[in-house]
Amino acid sequence: MSDKIPVTVLTGYLGAGKTTLLNRILSEPHGKKYAVIVNEFGEIGIDNDLVVGADEEVFEMNNGCICCTVRGDLVRIIDGLMRRKGKFDAIIVETTGLADPAPVAQTFFMDENVGRKAKLDAVVTVADAKWLRDRLKDAPEAKNQIAFADVILLNKADLVAADELGEVEARIRGINPYAKLHRTERCRIALPEVLGRNAFDLDRILEIEPEFLDSGEDDHAHDHDGHSHDHGNGHQHQHGGGALKHYHDEEMQSLSLRSERPLDADKFFPWVQDLVQKEGPNILRCKGILSFKDDDKRFVLQGVHMILDGDHQRPWTQGEKRESRMVFIGRNLPQQTIKSGFEGCLA
Amino acid sequence: MSELRAGIPSVVERTRPIKATASVVAAHFLGDTAVLVLGEESLLLVPRQGEARTVEAHPGAVILSSAAQRNRIITGGDDGKVIATGADGASATLATDGKRRWIDHVAAGPEGALAWSAGKQVFVRAGANERTLEVLSTVGGLAFAPKGLRLAVAHYNGATLWFPNARSEPAMLAWKGSHLAVRYSPDGRFVATSMQEPGLHAWRLSDRKDMRMSGYSARVRSLAFAADGKSLATSGANQLVVWPFQGKDGPMGKAPRLFAPAEFQIEVVACHPRQDIVAAGYADGLVLLVRLDDGAEILARKPAAAPITALAWNASGSALAFGAEDGEAGVVELG
Repeated sequence: MSDKIPVTVLTGYLGAGKTTLLNRILSEPHGKKYAVIVNEFGEIGIDNDLVVGADEEVFEMNNGCICCTVRGDLVRIIDGLMRRKGKFDAIIVETTGLADPAPVAQTFFMDENVGRKAKLDAVVTVADAKWLRDRLKDAPEAKNQIAFADVILLNKADLVAADELGEVEARIRGINPYAKLHRTERCRIALPEVLGRNAFDLDRILEIEPEFLDSGEDDHAHDHDGHSHDHGNGHQHQHGGGALKHYHDEEMQSLSLRSERPLDADKFFPWVQDLVQKEGPNILRCKGILSFKDDDKRFVLQGVHMILDGDHQRPWTQGEKRESRMVFIGRNLPQQTIKSGFEGCLA
Repeated sequence: MSELRAGIPSVVERTRPIKATASVVAAHFLGDTAVLVLGEESLLLVPRQGEARTVEAHPGAVILSSAAQRNRIITGGDDGKVIATGADGASATLATDGKRRWIDHVAAGPEGALAWSAGKQVFVRAGANERTLEVLSTVGGLAFAPKGLRLAVAHYNGATLWFPNARSEPAMLAWKGSHLAVRYSPDGRFVATSMQEPGLHAWRLSDRKDMRMSGYSARVRSLAFAADGKSLATSGANQLVVWPFQGKDGPMGKAPRLFAPAEFQIEVVACHPRQDIVAAGYADGLVLLVRLDDGAEILARKPAAAPITALAWNASGSALAFGAEDGEAGVVELG
């Protein structure tokens, strides 16, 4: 498993700074070699030995599932690149500003060949601090990219006033409270924050809590103005200082489920399978840490649209709170139906 | 390998073992010379007598596709080049893509005709003429019809049949999904494709009737028509799956014949050029020769470290070349 090549997906709306981030990654003295898959081949300067032009061709799997879309060009390119195994350490896929990240992610789950050789590391979205709010209104792609992200760089943070920055962060949190959010200038960020995240690795699902800007992780230490959050409680609605507004995006939301009562595995799996079958097109991502009745091990689960991936992770430890947590990020989610469905799975 | 096959006839001792420096991705024959296509840069030429030699057909590049054509091997690389290499080891550049795109597929046709593809573009060269066709999406595979200058191009949502010399528009055979490898039946009546999903699709060309062939546990990477065209042998399961194509309806409504079940999956198949015998290469390195008349098996290679990735018969069927992912290879003389 560890010899699978990690793949980082860079998304972001046009002009947000994806290429800046890409060039920053490539030029840092990390001693690693990257294979880069880009779209606008030859039009922008990317200083790297191994750059492959992609055509972002998406096709539907012929399995009756309309959201099982796969990037055919990635299947082909990764297959070809793997013949050079040993000559690079990781792959970075830069998508166009209008791309939906889902087919890229699904390629790693739906194509047996790609899945055997490469693993998705994380979806990193670069957002333009000045223009993101407008794009969230008029560009569904931009909203998708935020909703799908594991890591979000709120770039060009230096070009907007502090209150405006707080507001755009709140908008992002209204859509995706779980991604790591970093304020950056010219995409300046420590590489471990964007690479080697293992965001799709079941073994790395340790906790599911909303993420907040944390001075310990953020290299801009200007973030102590009033909103010190209680990281323990996990409710994104409780903001201690009250300075950070909460926005509820009408279309794209996250839904968090939690229970201290164990789940009945015989009820839960049919329910969740049925849910993603029906709501798959609207569910962008889901993640869960589950406690089943008569089961001493934590079960972890993650999904992209209709594709679910789950496994036992490790035994619940002594003193650990045996609690099931599950989150969905999606479009127009039937919150009440999902909540009552989940509750119906309690043992 | 199971106890089950402990007593079956073996031709293993007639093998000339070969150790390649990289994984073998395809095998061909030029007369008596076996040609192993390696994943990176080179071809390994193994004459019947004498030393094997390495030819760097695509220096510094990865070979993505290959095909045999009488006296030469055609290869396409991620260097954007189409190269021809003879049994003497001499290589010549046949084409260089203007944008240095990857040459994803090559195919060899009758009378020296040649086809290759880069992304959505297909090129055909026959004599002094070169023509180009752009299909709907990236090409998954190319195959020439057995007669005449006609090319089948597999892509997303179907395949395109193209007569490069005719004025008529290319004909589209539609079927949803991503179509990869493509084969014409030897009688030219059917076109079969392997798909992204574990399964095959075929069309009867007379009326474009669709035929689905499913039930596989993995993607079908390798498919080959028997020399007489009556059956289509396929990989993708832990037994040899052979579809009947002799009747006018081909495999429609018929079950495939199943042979040589094993613990591991079949990765490659190659049909004997004259007899109803199929060579099957398994994921555990096993190679079996299977007679389709009665299912009799002959052991051609014992299981080893890595999956079999390439198999080829010479023109008379007297020799079989095999190659594995770890570079272990061999030529079995059946005499």
